[in-house]
Amino acid sequence: MSAFLNTYATIIIDLVKIALLLFIVLTVNAYLTWFERKVVAHMQTRWGPHRVGPHGLLQPLADGAKFLLKEDPTPAGVDKFTYFLAPLMALALALTSIAIIPFGPEPLHIFGHEVSLGITNLNIGILALFAITALSVYGVALAGWSSNSKYPLLGGLRSSAQMVSYELSLTMSVVGVLLMAGSFNLREIISAQAHRPELGIFGWNVWPQILGFFCFFVAAVAETNRVPFDLPEAESELVAGFHTEYASFKFAMFFIAEYTSMITVSCLCAIMFFGGWLSPFPASWTFTHYLPSVILIPFGLWVIWDGIRYETIFGRIVLPGVGTAITAIGAVLIAFPAVNEFIQGPFWLLAKIFTFLFVYVWMRGTLPRFRYDQLMSFGWKLLLPVSIANVVITAFVILMRGVR
Amino acid sequence: MTPNLAIFFVLAALTVLGAISLILQRHPIHSALSLIVVMVALAGLYLSMGAEFVAAVQIIVYGGAIMVLFVFVIMLLNAGVEERTNASKLAGIAGIPLAVALLGFMAVVIARSNESSQAGLQSGVLASTKEISMMLFREFVYPFELTSFLILVAILGAIVLAQREKS
Amino acid sequence: MVPTSYYLILSAILFGLGVLAFVFKRNVITIFMSIELMLNAVNLAFVAFSQARHQSDGQVFVLFVIVVAAAEAAVGLGIIILTARNRQSLNVERVDLLKL
Repeated sequence: MSAFLNTYATIIIDLVKIALLLFIVLTVNAYLTWFERKVVAHMQTRWGPHRVGPHGLLQPLADGAKFLLKEDPTPAGVDKFTYFLAPLMALALALTSIAIIPFGPEPLHIFGHEVSLGITNLNIGILALFAITALSVYGVALAGWSSNSKYPLLGGLRSSAQMVSYELSLTMSVVGVLLMAGSFNLREIISAQAHRPELGIFGWNVWPQILGFFCFFVAAVAETNRVPFDLPEAESELVAGFHTEYASFKFAMFFIAEYTSMITVSCLCAIMFFGGWLSPFPASWTFTHYLPSVILIPFGLWVIWDGIRYETIFGRIVLPGVGTAITAIGAVLIAFPAVNEFIQGPFWLLAKIFTFLFVYVWMRGTLPRFRYDQLMSFGWKLLLPVSIANVVITAFVILMRGVR
Repeated sequence: MTPNLAIFFVLAALTVLGAISLILQRHPIHSALSLIVVMVALAGLYLSMGAEFVAAVQIIVYGGAIMVLFVFVIMLLNAGVEERTNASKLAGIAGIPLAVALLGFMAVVIARSNESSQAGLQSGVLASTKEISMMLFREFVYPFELTSFLILVAILGAIVLAQREKS
Repeated sequence: MVPTSYYLILSAILFGLGVLAFVFKRNVITIFMSIELMLNAVNLAFVAFSQARHQSDGQVFVLFVIVVAAAEAAVGLGIIILTARNRQSLNVERVDLLKL
């Protein structure tokens, strides 16, 4: 048995990593919907989901059960193959893009094998991500067309035209970062931002590439069809756009694909412009390594305190349990410095991803949506020239100063 | 059967199946989807040969832009299922033997040639992006500038063709 | 190690299938797609030779072929749209006279 495990060790490790990452991504997706509904609700001075579990935390479970158990009708006259292919394609492509993202600098050492955090380490990391983004246009276009109905067709065509237009600005705005890093590999892009560790936050790519960052973020929001660029799936304009005719589980697939691409874009912003797993503090301030514990322990204690006086009995059991677990993790980090050092990289990366997801949700609660012609003229007439100008300026400056 | 050979056969089977499906499907959108499968499988073949930049460009440009154009046009023109006419039946009867003959001829020529059969999959990259771009901007700079001119001409052509009649 | 001749035979097969689709199909757009299939077969041969000789000239040429195919697809599909509008049909047998 152990001989079998040893010979196929790498494959088994990869399979376990893939399964674990899939599970984590799908769970994060589910709780991202909870997070979005809560935050948007609080911005609109109402509560959001708070009945289903303590603080509405079991709402995603209820939504998942609804999606699985609802009737799944297929409209008449659809092109059956394409109708079933479109959500499958959207979901598969969105989930594949998570495989390329590195989550931590140091590999784990378990059972004598080195396990790196992140499923692959492609030399053409960014380019592969753009390839996946390019293919995800099909999910939308085919969904709109195969539904055999006016509004989905219009929504699908508009949405795919929007995605194709903003893809150009997306790829051009990243070229500045690639010029500075000299590689497509995501790990090397992060290492290139660590060339002077005493700078901390001022060594990140966002300062020299501020123009590129804004172009990338806006283009990425347009690519993922989120507010303010979500006209093709807006309810007041086009019923529900390209996914009108899709019911329970297929609609859930589009839903998951959209939120997963949100997560991927947040990861990319954090990695390419905000230093990935690098700490914002200078490397010499080693006392900041206790920051994860300093955040986790008070948060855990607050959850326990809030849970003890919660309204429902279920809440009074679950919330203190969760709070105890969080406090225990914080305490473990203080007790074992080796674990603390290992967790620094992923902690900062996750904090940055979380911040970008919050910005996404914040925009959803605040901004009105673009009209379609405003959207297209913004993408072609403003964003594309600015991204190209960013490339030219970056190349010029690099030529003048010499590559670092 | 080494893993490399197995990967080659899987991807090659995928391309041939996609191409056959292109011929046998009756609705153009299904043919377009089959062609996308062929292109992605070919990108996989390029990747297995170590040409990673070409594989990425194949998916981004061919699969993500050109085929999207095809799919848009099929949607806009509302292309329907193909009809079987006399001429298509004649073309089938005469065309299949001719195509098989062409194929057989090419295969025989290749099999009899003196191609060294040792240049298979090698570990590592065949040519890094840096090498390709150096070559593109040094030896091939003139064709490179010409292609940019060609794309400009194509853009202008597409705009002129898409204009409405001035009535 | 996969011998180069395997890749070349695959390229020949794809090219032959492209020719077959070109002759066999009646829809203008499908015929155009078979041209793209033939170009892809040629690209495969280029990359196979580039690997056999350990030079990257083949891959640079593949980039040129892809660019030319893109330009051709754009203009060709524009022409197809106009033709389809004028003749109300996508069947290539209806486009065999200059007169409408």
